[in-house]
Amino acid sequence: MSCLNFNVSHVLSQLNLCQYLPFHRQEIMKWNGWGYSDSRFLFNKKGQAEFTGKRYKLSGMIIPGLKEWFEGTFGANLQHKSPPILNSSAVRPPTLNEAFVEELKSTGVPFSHDAEDRVFRAYGHCVHEIFALREGRIGRVPDLVVWPNCHNDVVKIVELACKHNVCLIPYGGGTSVSSALECPSEETRSIVSLDTSQMNRILWIDEKNLTAHVEAGIVGQDLERLLNESGYCTGHEPDSMEFSSLGGWVATRASGMKKNIYGNIEDLVVHIKMVTPRGVIEKSCQGPRMSTGPDVHHFILGSEGTLGVVTEVTMKIRPMPEYQKYGSVVFPNFEQGVACLREVAKQVTPDFYLIFSSGHALKPQVSSIFTSFLDGLKKIYITKFKGFDPNRLCVATLLFEGNREKVLQHEKQVYDIAAKFGGLAAGEDNGQRGYMLTFVIAYLRDLGMDYYVMGESFETSVPWDRVLDICQNVKARIVHECKERGVQFTPLSTCRVTQTYDAGACVYFYFGFNYRGLSDPVHVYEQVEHAAREEILANGGSLSHHHGVGKLRKEWMSETVSNVGIGMLKSVKDYVDPNNIFGNRNLF
Amino acid sequence: MTHTHRASGRAGPEHDEEFVDILEERRRSSDLGHALRTFNPHPYRGAPPCSTADLNKAVLESQYLRYVAKEIAMETGSSEEDVREEARGILEEMSQNLQLRFIRLMGYTLTKVFKRLFTGIFVNMEGLGTLQQAIQEAPVILMPNHRSYVDFLVISYILFTYDIPVPVIAAGIPLAGMKMVGEILRRSGAFFIRRAIGSDKLYWAVLSEYVKTIVRKGYAPMEFYVEGLRSRTLKSVTPKLGMMHMVLEPYFKSEVFDITLVPVSISYDRVLEESLLAHELLGVPKPKESTAGLLKAGKVLQEDYGTMHVNFGRPLSVRQLCQGKINRCQYNSAPRDLPQKPTEEAQACVSWLAHLMVRIQDEGSVISPWSLMACLLLQAPMAVLTEEGLPWERLAERTLWLRRLALDCGAGLNWPGQTPDSDVMSSAVALHRSVVYRRAGRVYLLQQEEPARKRPISPEEAVMRIATAVLMLASYRNQSLHVFARPALLATALHITKSTQRDELFACFCFLQDVFSYEFILVPGELSQDFEEACVLLEKCGAVHISQQEVTLSDMGLEALSFLRALIQPFIDSYQVMFRYLSEEGDPVLTEKQLVPAVRNRATKLILSGELRTYEALSSDTLKNALSALQRLEAVTKLRTPEQNEYKVNSAAVGRIGDILSGTIPPQMLQTTPDARL
Repeated sequence: MSCLNFNVSHVLSQLNLCQYLPFHRQEIMKWNGWGYSDSRFLFNKKGQAEFTGKRYKLSGMIIPGLKEWFEGTFGANLQHKSPPILNSSAVRPPTLNEAFVEELKSTGVPFSHDAEDRVFRAYGHCVHEIFALREGRIGRVPDLVVWPNCHNDVVKIVELACKHNVCLIPYGGGTSVSSALECPSEETRSIVSLDTSQMNRILWIDEKNLTAHVEAGIVGQDLERLLNESGYCTGHEPDSMEFSSLGGWVATRASGMKKNIYGNIEDLVVHIKMVTPRGVIEKSCQGPRMSTGPDVHHFILGSEGTLGVVTEVTMKIRPMPEYQKYGSVVFPNFEQGVACLREVAKQVTPDFYLIFSSGHALKPQVSSIFTSFLDGLKKIYITKFKGFDPNRLCVATLLFEGNREKVLQHEKQVYDIAAKFGGLAAGEDNGQRGYMLTFVIAYLRDLGMDYYVMGESFETSVPWDRVLDICQNVKARIVHECKERGVQFTPLSTCRVTQTYDAGACVYFYFGFNYRGLSDPVHVYEQVEHAAREEILANGGSLSHHHGVGKLRKEWMSETVSNVGIGMLKSVKDYVDPNNIFGNRNLF
Repeated sequence: MTHTHRASGRAGPEHDEEFVDILEERRRSSDLGHALRTFNPHPYRGAPPCSTADLNKAVLESQYLRYVAKEIAMETGSSEEDVREEARGILEEMSQNLQLRFIRLMGYTLTKVFKRLFTGIFVNMEGLGTLQQAIQEAPVILMPNHRSYVDFLVISYILFTYDIPVPVIAAGIPLAGMKMVGEILRRSGAFFIRRAIGSDKLYWAVLSEYVKTIVRKGYAPMEFYVEGLRSRTLKSVTPKLGMMHMVLEPYFKSEVFDITLVPVSISYDRVLEESLLAHELLGVPKPKESTAGLLKAGKVLQEDYGTMHVNFGRPLSVRQLCQGKINRCQYNSAPRDLPQKPTEEAQACVSWLAHLMVRIQDEGSVISPWSLMACLLLQAPMAVLTEEGLPWERLAERTLWLRRLALDCGAGLNWPGQTPDSDVMSSAVALHRSVVYRRAGRVYLLQQEEPARKRPISPEEAVMRIATAVLMLASYRNQSLHVFARPALLATALHITKSTQRDELFACFCFLQDVFSYEFILVPGELSQDFEEACVLLEKCGAVHISQQEVTLSDMGLEALSFLRALIQPFIDSYQVMFRYLSEEGDPVLTEKQLVPAVRNRATKLILSGELRTYEALSSDTLKNALSALQRLEAVTKLRTPEQNEYKVNSAAVGRIGDILSGTIPPQMLQTTPDARL
């Protein structure tokens, strides 16, 4: 199959100026916000919103409408700023285990106990974590950071940690949103953050079997770029793929937006190597499927760093798609959009299409941020002639990949179904824009935090018949709880369907509010998110579709998997890591 | 200025609410203008309007009905298509067809009728305001009590007048059978439910899907009587749980974010059906609802019925009420459309909520001076009422005393403040000249004259004549019974046990509550709160002193205690007649049809011989309640036979309950399971 140049990474190739992640990530990335230091939203002197830097398509552009949307949605005001307090000197000195450090030196593995390195690895991207950092409040952080270069380095580090009873916390891309990276406050041992970023090579590509053997520290964009150079891709593209790592994907059961074509991480993985306190676990062959008792890979997938460090992974790869086409559909309302997605999931073979968004997230106000989502004419057409209510509109963005003929065939099929549900094709540009937005949207939260607006997204998976009910109820619960807790402005409470399955869908909720006048906004935020999660569970939603449990959601684990289930997980932990070397205390 | 007044004395947030007479404006402006007014309500935000056809289609095509139809087809061997056809028929018979034109017609007619019947219809405007708000936020369930046929459309009438969406209303099927009227009611929003659905699975399924669809769609509020029927005694009836469960299920299953319950208390100075009800209770059968009957009621329309009070309670969030009482995750593991037996947790929650609604309806009702007078009249010896007459001064003085006691107990009284007390009481007696009359400073019970009597009246007939008046009087007493129920049960317990120990008293209180659970509706699972409340109220009116361990009598409180005890006494005496009959009766299997007349005969004899003082033992409601209580206490078991309800009696157990009630043996805690019939 011949490969054309056109593919998704032409977006990404512009993103990344430096090749791999450096040892000191704070040199290019924010330590108290999302992404690259040079890329951020700000309101310039004229009061216009602007996205800085050169990495993204949006970089250097003025974004009309963002100010109005921002002020209108949150009641925020550009006069009321809440800038971060820069204070990285509040870091407590490290508690070092001297014997461990001595022996580590002799292995030659690089390490550091520099305060900035340690702080950078103490947090993920939950709102409470970022908020604390912006306020200059720094709690327990790792005492040491090590950078193994390969599998054998990890083996040595884990052996030493066991020998000297040191707590290890694996660190990949650092994009956790489950408090998984937080150092347990009750931990008295020396905590070592094991940064996998230097294990970032593709070790081999097997073109006969279409697999690649890759070191687990590689981040998504590097993996994709390197494979593309050989004409291949994995197709695994989580929203965080610029920064998240292969090992992290395995450890959290990650999901990508193209999973309908390529599968989720558990479908993509053929072989995993993990270093545990008991030794190395791996299967003896690369057979595509086995009937050998419960699949031991499933002890590793989703183990969230509690059992060991994933060092190498064999993954399925595919030739880069011959043809790719974006698309978008506007629906009169969310209900119709969901009904259409459900029908598409029923009828269309999943091989070649992708539908990834439906919901109010791209309401016209929001999307008008991004230049001309609904340019004048089209807007009139949609709202006046078709009787669409602009406040209830909902957009689905589509991406078709593969053989040209089949792409076109499936495209037609999807648009035909959409038409039955009142959907109007809204063009390729909108589809592509929506797709690109995925990567910059995470930067918006930092802008909000500059102006007393706090926001977060969280997800769940739910059977089809409950999608609409869960959306309605969780959104209502958020508004309700905010009111109850004295939030003065109506919060942003919206949702979208991001993944479809045969038996259900993945739903994302977006929640943001103006916290002026609240004495403890983080606490309010946490209470609301907690209530929202309870609502999700009461509505038949799962505890998490792909973000994981971490420490943020572990209180619900036993009701989620039953007490027996917890017992099973614990007994594995007790066998593999009896001294709790991998002591991040995630999951249970 | 009598168009507004305040209901005084009630505790809680509704304290001192302003009631406005909505007929006042009707008397001043055109009835037709009112009927043709621009009706512009704000409906529930999430809901587009829904036509009858769309609603019925949604019900018939629901996955739930499809499951049930399949099940029934399998069980009966008929085709699924036939079953669904049958379902369509049921739905046609049931469904409402709300149309604004008919609301206008109804409005016009009711204005005419109400103006003739009542001097005023008083509505709490604040309640209407909060209702208007609530209706926009969540599906609303209006839950009125039902004391007269007159109130059937009164809520629709009020909502129409104040631009609030008009409800769809659950009604009994006999109403549908009335020529023309049935259809008018249907188009005014009534939907019709058969009586005694029993085990008709398809009917249950259609009804429940119909109700749930209305709640889910939320395009109109739904109104239903949680008591299931019109109370024939003006006293609250044990709530029915089936409908309540249907209404709540969309919340339990997370199909809606919340549901708002609005209890509505409708109180009458005088009830149109008063004598009809008394006759019914004495075994004269109720006439079938018919249009002709309604027209004959024309005579009824000539009389004065005083005022009606409609008190809209505070809207209650089901979500909040159910917190910690229902785990919605229980519905996560199977499709929500699948017919499933409700879990015990759900049943308990439904039962609790239903009882709570009845209690709130009670607390919201407005008590008339006449009801207090009825309490006192009933405590006078019968000879005084029928022959000597009760001195007016004595009655007036005692009524004023009772007013204080009622206020202490938190009653909402409708006692006009601007009028002299004596005038208030005089006009109450005048309004009720069908029950009592006043002559030469004394008050007498009115015994209806039979026209053209051919032969001298027999002693039994004389008893029945007095009984008619007594039962009417008892109904009006019942209007305020809930105010005194808890302290009265405690006063009775104090008397029966002759003890001061709290735990002994509590045991007896629980026993009494168990025995009289169909007379005084208390919220299940809240007995110890009820007991505490009773203690506090008795202390408040100076009748007892309370300590950690003891409840001791106070000399000051004898009048209150004896009044409260005397309030319960007719129930005790009536139940004892039933108990004695059953424990002495040789035949252990009886039908309800035989039992009620037999016990009534026995009671008549006892009254004639002077052994029984209360005429309430002749009331079929009282007797049936006693039988239900025995069933609940497992002294009587219902045998399911196809023809009629038969009961198997455990004479010893019945005898034991009677002995505890008379205080000859101490109460042991009778363990009963919470009553949850769906």
